[in-house]
Amino acid sequence: MQKVRVKPLMPPGHVRTPAYLRGKVGVIERSLGVFPNPEDLAYGVTASALPLHRVRFTMADVWGANAENPDDTLDAEIYEHWLEPADAT
Amino acid sequence: MPHDHHDHDTLSPSGHPYRADDDAPLSYWQVMEIAVRELLVEKGITTASEIASQIDTMDARTPSNGAQVVARAWCDPEFHAALMDDASEATRAMGFDIGALKLIAVENTGDVHNMIVCTLCSCYPRNLLGLPPDWYKSRAYRSRTVREPRSVLAEFGVILPDKTKIRVHDSTADMRYIVIPNRPEGTENMSQNDLAGLVTRDSMIGTGLSITPPPIGA
Repeated sequence: MQKVRVKPLMPPGHVRTPAYLRGKVGVIERSLGVFPNPEDLAYGVTASALPLHRVRFTMADVWGANAENPDDTLDAEIYEHWLEPADAT
Repeated sequence: MPHDHHDHDTLSPSGHPYRADDDAPLSYWQVMEIAVRELLVEKGITTASEIASQIDTMDARTPSNGAQVVARAWCDPEFHAALMDDASEATRAMGFDIGALKLIAVENTGDVHNMIVCTLCSCYPRNLLGLPPDWYKSRAYRSRTVREPRSVLAEFGVILPDKTKIRVHDSTADMRYIVIPNRPEGTENMSQNDLAGLVTRDSMIGTGLSITPPPIGA
């Protein structure tokens, strides 16, 4: 499974990438096809179709040593423009 | 007596306080909703009765729809495979009018327990299960489920062994989720219809388990 990092960006406005996952590394669990970009839809402008992926993180990936149980997992849908290869610096 | 109160001016006959009248001014969004609705009706785009009937349609959707889907998945291997492959299509083919709902079924097994949350708002498969419970929309449920799902589950009375992996699904974008809970033991001879009665709303959110029926003769 492809290892990806959620970009650690904090842009203003409506985005659907939860802040608690930004900068975290996970793997693509499945790809869902393309969907209209919610960052455009929110402002009523023509939305480009963007690939959407389900990314799986371990609780250790997300919460580090504070994880309740490090091997439990968390899946979230993240738009491709928010993802970068995990080896990118 | 449980309701032996003496404050008769402020308490209802059942002994509970009267609910205060909602006399606060309308919020910005309430005003906006009324304005847009009235404009749509005035311009003939929709009618008040269409809006009322849409509300009726939404209110008529209940978790029993989902329970039928789960019970069929327990009984019908072909349907189970179709549901896991494309839950929207499988539930539509079963006859549910789920509109544009994009559904993913996630299945509990002996080793895995799934839980659904929407941290960003309150995404929920309404077109199949009806309106979500209030707690599903609470900040506490939304923030704690991704952080300490086992503690949240324990408060719902569900204690899972450490070796059971918990998979939390945060519906952050376009998908909605339904958990297929484990089929209770000792239900091999039950009909699909009776099995549906064991599938609770919470078991399809992942905060509960399906009901284990008492042994026959008990």
